[in-house]
Amino acid sequence: MGIVSPGFQGRPRTQEPALPPGQYLTEDFPVLSAGPTPRVSLDTWEFVISAENGSEHRWSWQELMALPQETPMVDIHCVTRWSKLGTNWQGVSVDTLLDGVDTGAHFALAHSYGGYTTNLPLDDLRGGQAWVVHTFDGAPLPAEHGGPARLLVPHLYFWKSAKWVRGLRLKTMDEPGFWETAGYHDYGDPWREQRYQGD
Amino acid sequence: METPTAQTLVLEVPDWPGHLPGQHVDLRLTAPDGYQAARSYSIAGPVVDGPGGPRIEVTVQRVHDGEVSPYLIDVFGAGEPVEVRGPLGGWFIWRPEETAPVQLVAGGSGVVPLMAMIRARRAVGSKALFRLIYSVRTPADVIYADELRRRGRDDFGLDIAYVYTREAPEGWRGEPHRIGLADVNTNGWPPDLEPLTYVCGPTAFVETVADLLVGLGHPSRRVKTERFGPTG
Repeated sequence: MGIVSPGFQGRPRTQEPALPPGQYLTEDFPVLSAGPTPRVSLDTWEFVISAENGSEHRWSWQELMALPQETPMVDIHCVTRWSKLGTNWQGVSVDTLLDGVDTGAHFALAHSYGGYTTNLPLDDLRGGQAWVVHTFDGAPLPAEHGGPARLLVPHLYFWKSAKWVRGLRLKTMDEPGFWETAGYHDYGDPWREQRYQGD
Repeated sequence: METPTAQTLVLEVPDWPGHLPGQHVDLRLTAPDGYQAARSYSIAGPVVDGPGGPRIEVTVQRVHDGEVSPYLIDVFGAGEPVEVRGPLGGWFIWRPEETAPVQLVAGGSGVVPLMAMIRARRAVGSKALFRLIYSVRTPADVIYADELRRRGRDDFGLDIAYVYTREAPEGWRGEPHRIGLADVNTNGWPPDLEPLTYVCGPTAFVETVADLLVGLGHPSRRVKTERFGPTG
């Protein structure tokens, strides 16, 4: 327990039980980005997985849409302390995309239109834990929330769910991404409150 | 009190390691039953040496129905302890050794980290040319109004332009309006000068301004943004 702040009560404690430490519930969908929102045309959009041996696997928008679609309903947790419960998405499981990719890599660097990057252990993208999503609440994902498509890795802080995602680079060595280089935690587990380096 | 809804808190932080303009701190409050709530606040200026150690300033904007900001403004009193974590954030920062022209675009309380840059610029004697475009609802909502007036006059190489969205001061030319292409084009730097741009404010404001800047030809990598929603 920290230093008690005299007179501070906080919100009523009847809140949802499902919140990680230090998070509060929001009904809106706040936006957090480091720069302008990229506008990406579906005609030229592509998703690329490049393996550590140099091989590349590419999908156009039409090819992505032709893959088996899943509709995850998940809770999301932003490092700026808002959480949103029961969000509805549609997209393709990263398992589906990694199927047929020959790799022994342990890490992935997700990269985006606009230059954003974020790193994750490859195991965190497997086993039904991660998707490339293009639909939110039944409508095309708006650009400010990462459309046309973003990564969705809900068990980690939301900055790991790269907006405007363009591909994954599979790596044998971990390479920190954009926020990870700027002082944020390398892994980012909200339940262990891994917000910043050293947490 | 900076405005009827914004207040600056001076926090004495022993062992403060120093910070760069644009960085923030997390303030964490604890209730008697152990319940905790934390929020991020931008640091408003350079560290100041006080008799009890280093001091930093944060400016808190009241959020209607917020959990933390009304407490900090109405209840939190001088001399009371609060947990401070920081400095945090390594992206939305201006490094005082930078010489490129800088354009700052603030919406409402988004001016706070940009004010930190303006204050640091003067404190280190930087000659980087600065322009601030500050969008507010009414003249009464201008945070740091007196200091900005003084700095606009005395800080050589600092230009300040205002955009009023609801009510303009008497004698103002033009009507209140939301920030648009003409405001950014007239009062910012042209892309040829390769300025560094910092935009801070509510999400819709930042989206609008960042799109305008990209449309005017500023490369995305030179435009740094910080957005806030209703975060109490």
